[in-house]
Amino acid sequence: MNKSIVSLKEVSFQYDEQERYALNHVSFDIYEGEWLAIVGHNGSGKSTMAKLLNGLQFPQQGEITVCGMQLNEESIWDIRKKIGMVFQNPDNQFVGTTVQDDVAFGLENNGIPRDEMVQRVEDSLRKVKMDKFLYQEPHHLSGGQKQRVAIAGVLALRPSIIILDEATSMLDPRGREEVLETVRLLKAEKALTVISITHDLEEAAKADRIIVMNKGEVFREGTPEEIFSMDEQLIQLGLDIPFSVKMSKAFRQKGIDVSKHYLSEEELVTELWTSRFSI
Amino acid sequence: MMEKMIFGRYVPADSVIHKMDSRSKLIIIFLFVCVIFLANNAVTYALIGIYTFFMLGMSRIPIRFLYGGLKPVLWLVLFTLVLQLFFTKEGALLVSWGPVKIYEEGLKMGIFISLRFFFLILMTSLLTLTTTPIEITDGLETLLNPLKKVKFPVHEMALMMSISLRFIPTLMQETDKIMKAQIARGVEFASGPFKERIKAVIPLLIPLFVSSFKRAEELAIAMEARGYRGGEGRTKYRQLSWHLADSLQLVLLGMLTILLFLLRS
Repeated sequence: MNKSIVSLKEVSFQYDEQERYALNHVSFDIYEGEWLAIVGHNGSGKSTMAKLLNGLQFPQQGEITVCGMQLNEESIWDIRKKIGMVFQNPDNQFVGTTVQDDVAFGLENNGIPRDEMVQRVEDSLRKVKMDKFLYQEPHHLSGGQKQRVAIAGVLALRPSIIILDEATSMLDPRGREEVLETVRLLKAEKALTVISITHDLEEAAKADRIIVMNKGEVFREGTPEEIFSMDEQLIQLGLDIPFSVKMSKAFRQKGIDVSKHYLSEEELVTELWTSRFSI
Repeated sequence: MMEKMIFGRYVPADSVIHKMDSRSKLIIIFLFVCVIFLANNAVTYALIGIYTFFMLGMSRIPIRFLYGGLKPVLWLVLFTLVLQLFFTKEGALLVSWGPVKIYEEGLKMGIFISLRFFFLILMTSLLTLTTTPIEITDGLETLLNPLKKVKFPVHEMALMMSISLRFIPTLMQETDKIMKAQIARGVEFASGPFKERIKAVIPLLIPLFVSSFKRAEELAIAMEARGYRGGEGRTKYRQLSWHLADSLQLVLLGMLTILLFLLRS
């Protein structure tokens, strides 16, 4: 695989008021250009992880390295330029009064000259197909559109890594697909590394690699197929496996042989009607 | 509906006044408020009237919008008139009708002061009718910039203002949602005795407060993640541009001031 872009070594973190560690000696690497999904139920430490990577919180123990820089008080501003984050609530991360102002916000913070700002705002809005909404106010946009604007805001800063912190969990299915499709296209085009933190396994299924978190520790890591094959354990962790995986399993129990690797709903349907004629 | 109450103020149109820099508009309004006190006779008031209506005409704002903004304050103007009419007891007696006595000076002062009031309201509503709130914020931020030297938090104030403006519609929508949720649970907002209605506001305000605090915290995190660290070293995306029209408007006001000085008694 590619070289490591983010690496965590023995990272532990505890919130002030709590006794339990939110993260307990966590170590793993994230590789350049991959789509990594971090899944886990509420309180598994997955959102804490996102905040640590961006220096919004500092670990009590351990080391975090991002793009070759060790994360500390001095390096956080450079690291924040490398990592763009999209948060859960579309409304609560929209700073500007209009779409263009919001995209420009990050650029203003980094002291980018105005001429270049105008260029970058237009470019990044075009990339997320929101360039027709330049002067629109946020309350006239749908959740999915707002999240795409948030992605444009992140993109304008030309990051190497995008973190989606439950970015699709408040969206309707169409908005979710819109946002994920946008990220997928961008990732292919710009060789971005995507870290998606989610409890939606359908979303995680499309990742290159999944890390399952439980009680502040890495419970398991592997490809989506590997992860979904441990179905009973996942349910015990409070995670629901995708519908198509459940279906495939039920088929196998009935003696209908479907392929072992992960299939989306459409793929499963295709496999069923193309290979079942012989029966 | 509530949205209109606040944002309905701005009336988009393609006029000279709309295109003016918000800084020059703010300066003009500020100076106008001072200059208007120079007027003290019929000629000078007429001059100010001409100026005000000239500006209104240039703004191409339909009269009904102006009237809408004026209606609530018109009573105040009338009240001032009446007050002056009855309580100034100087000059020749004009009308004596039982206990009501109207003096010449009272009539004059009444008319002048309400006219002054009227012109002031017209000019300030002209500002809000032709300038978006965010433009006003930008203008204020630039104009107040020198105050940074005395540690006045100009950038922070402007940011606070623009974030408030951005969140007003969001909070309105939320209020609407909470209201419906509470109505579904049996709270009566629109009927019942006054005391009950005031009490009904509590189940509306508390959830609104709680969620606003949550929003504020999330917004702060999002801003920090996008590299916000105060006004230092920040560039600005929105740009104000001063045109010839802005300078000419200031010259016009200057001329008015000189005329007022010459013609006042």
